[in-house]
Amino acid sequence: MKNVAENPAIEATRAFFDSRIAVVGLVGLLAVMFVAIFAPWIAPQDPYDLMQLNFMDGKLPPGSRGSNGELFLLGSDDQGRDILSAILYGLRTSLAVGAASAGIAFVLGSVVGLFAAYAGGWVDALVMRIVELQLSLPAILIALVLVAILGQGTDKIIIALVAVQWAYYARTIRAQAIIEKTREYIEAARMLRYSTSRIVLRHLLPNCLPPLIVLVTMQVAAAIALEATLSFLGIGLPLTEPSLGLLISNGYADMLSGRYWLSFYPGLALLFTIVSINLVGDQLRDVLNPKARQQ
Amino acid sequence: MTLLDIKNLEVSFSARKGDLRILYGIDLTLQPGEILGLVGESGSGKSVLAKAILGLLPGGGSVSKGAVLFEGQDLAQADPKAMRKIRGNRIAMIFQDPMATLNPVLRIDEQMREAITAHRSLPRAEVNARCIAILNKVGIPAPEERFVSFPHQLSGGMRQRIAIAIALLNDPVLILADEATTALDVTVQAQILHEMHRLCADEGTALIWVSHDLSVVSGIADRIAVMYAGRIVECGPVEQIVLNPRHPYTLGLIRSVPAEDSTGHELHQIPGLMPSPGALPQGCVFAARCFAATAHCRDVAPEYTETNGHGFACHVPNQGGQI
Amino acid sequence: MSLIVFIGVFAIGNPIDVLIDPAANQLERDAAIKSLGLDKPMWQQYFTFLGNAAQGDLGDSFVYNEPAIKLILTRLPATLELSIAAMILAVAIGLPLGLIAGLYPGKLIDRTLMSTSILMFSLPTFWVGLLLIMFFAVQLNILPAGGRGDTVNIFGIPFSFLTWDGLTHLALPALNLAMFKMALVMRLVRAGVQEQMSSDYVAFARAKGVSERRIVFRHVLSNIMIPVVTVLGLEFGNLLAFAVVTETIYAWPGMGKLLINSIQVLDRPVVVAYLMVTVVIFMVINLIVDLAYAALDPRARIGGKS
Repeated sequence: MKNVAENPAIEATRAFFDSRIAVVGLVGLLAVMFVAIFAPWIAPQDPYDLMQLNFMDGKLPPGSRGSNGELFLLGSDDQGRDILSAILYGLRTSLAVGAASAGIAFVLGSVVGLFAAYAGGWVDALVMRIVELQLSLPAILIALVLVAILGQGTDKIIIALVAVQWAYYARTIRAQAIIEKTREYIEAARMLRYSTSRIVLRHLLPNCLPPLIVLVTMQVAAAIALEATLSFLGIGLPLTEPSLGLLISNGYADMLSGRYWLSFYPGLALLFTIVSINLVGDQLRDVLNPKARQQ
Repeated sequence: MTLLDIKNLEVSFSARKGDLRILYGIDLTLQPGEILGLVGESGSGKSVLAKAILGLLPGGGSVSKGAVLFEGQDLAQADPKAMRKIRGNRIAMIFQDPMATLNPVLRIDEQMREAITAHRSLPRAEVNARCIAILNKVGIPAPEERFVSFPHQLSGGMRQRIAIAIALLNDPVLILADEATTALDVTVQAQILHEMHRLCADEGTALIWVSHDLSVVSGIADRIAVMYAGRIVECGPVEQIVLNPRHPYTLGLIRSVPAEDSTGHELHQIPGLMPSPGALPQGCVFAARCFAATAHCRDVAPEYTETNGHGFACHVPNQGGQI
Repeated sequence: MSLIVFIGVFAIGNPIDVLIDPAANQLERDAAIKSLGLDKPMWQQYFTFLGNAAQGDLGDSFVYNEPAIKLILTRLPATLELSIAAMILAVAIGLPLGLIAGLYPGKLIDRTLMSTSILMFSLPTFWVGLLLIMFFAVQLNILPAGGRGDTVNIFGIPFSFLTWDGLTHLALPALNLAMFKMALVMRLVRAGVQEQMSSDYVAFARAKGVSERRIVFRHVLSNIMIPVVTVLGLEFGNLLAFAVVTETIYAWPGMGKLLINSIQVLDRPVVVAYLMVTVVIFMVINLIVDLAYAALDPRARIGGKS
């Protein structure tokens, strides 16, 4: 029986791969990311270059050929845009917006949460009140209100998404930090008279990370879904930034007349992305859960 | 006729890396109306044994060998329906923590009534009357009030009495008490022990009292079985065990109990820790901690031998009393 | 809250430009501004607003020229009906499935159900809505594609679930809205069941000889209802808000659809009215959840210890 404990990060990584479904999710996620980053080079057509579009190629079913002989693998929309290319670019936007908002929310929320935990006392109580208040409101409601106030535009959407998410990070990191704060290594650091910022950033933060990693993963998926929903409703990203949600809403009317591909395939792409992220996040949660590891 | 006859019982748990044996070759008999004390430290397998009798082993555990003969029927082979008829009816069990064993969101009366209605159909009034009568018997004041209350409204001692009452509802012939008083205050402990003794004597109910505390058990038991690392290392009438223990472990347990004249002296301990199920040594399982162990003890596991109702498994048994 | 929204809505853009015909001459513009109260200083407008709000008057919608609160309230029953139907569906399907998954942990059925639940809360609601319409309405043609069906008036409030036509119209949107929550309920129930089944009181009940069926349906279920009801209660608010999406897809005449339109045209009073009503509903829900909690968990009642 081996008694030497392995590096927890390696152990966690190994445990992650225990689940085949999670691996599938990870592969899916990597595929999506790859496609999103390299979209301009992979896509057969640049869907937003008006010079390349031909009205006559509009609303062709999947597999048809256009007037210049190009293959519309997933069909074309009413303006002759190749759906596949539109999806690739759309994935790019969705992922970028989702990741950006999650990243900013992470930083913002973590700072607030760590600060509250470390300060303690009434500061902590006050901050947590605000956090709890925000969390009791539905995300979509907050997003709608913010969009109503701020108007439309990519930056405003990102602000709305950040506003919806930051509270989760704040609460999670604060809960973890409260526990860690009482541990001896923090006391030791304090006695060594390290500066507060050093203690918080270099000692407290790294130990609060595991639940955050899970949270970031799930939140990116949620952000992508929320942005798509807003775009679908017509109050999300503007027309110049192609989003999967917008594609889906554009194709809505065509659904009823049987031209399903305009909405179906973008939706499929969106679904694939979100499911992959959630599968990975689910397994991460199981793996990083300290109680589960003790068995 | 022997009430309970456990022959060569072996219990294993299936883990990811293979099966783990917890109980080895348990042989035990119990006569009707007899009180047996089952003693051992944490992890010795005593709770597992009690649960195995009723087929209540937690997930992954099963009887891998041997038989549990109850009134002639082998419980280890019985199907679930047959077992259900016996549980709470012929054999009743009391667990350690009464707060955890009573469902917090259901009233006491419901939890008592279902013990009866699971086995017989009786009119509601009769069932209620029987419950109140038993509550009286176990010494609960104002039973009608307690009957309709919730578990969290009662004290620990009260709850355990209710658990005992539930065990008695169907006039079982055998009661298994698994550390039933360990979680209670010492004074309440003494009371409940006394009550149990009286109740069993009155009804002629057999009792297996599982505990880690030898002194508690020796107060009420007729016979005592001592367990270590999943085996029975010594078993016999209570006077024999206490006054003339043969196995060094039993001797150590007895010496560990602070006696009246031991003030000022260091408390006796048995050094070391019990080996875990997956890492049992060759030879006698107790050899590593035994003051009398020889090289032979470490090589060869001793056989269990019995003379005049007092049995033990040791190469170098203690010869004269409690020196 | 109201202050924030008020300032915000004003800050976006000048509602004047949106609502008043650009072709109107200056006289007409002035008249319109006066009648809409847009010429008074901001702070005065706010206090007027508060005063009116206390009396239940949140101003008239810029677009419809009717009291905003009336607009919202007439559409409230439709949204409530949809949300409640969705909640009922989520529990009716999610609870049994979660129960099964919890009782057979690790088995194929459990893993299948869990994977399905991940799928269910990953699916973007609006896309599923489209698929449902496409499948049931267009392909199979057995359910209508949108709108609300026939209604029956109770106390003057129209409800559609009491007519067959109403039910067919309610089916798809309710199912769509319920999907996310269904997955949540399934996972919650499953976790609860797993936790309870390994608890001591279950072992004790078995030792009494109680049947497995009674153990699951009386003992375990009573214990897991507490967290389930609490979570569901809080999630109901979420459901109400998310009905916005479903209403848009299915052209369901509820508050949500009105809200989206109002945001797009900057109809301030309606947005504010929606928020006010929502806040009130939230408070009511919280109250109901507290009451339900006390009803379900005897430990939570005041005067518990005797």
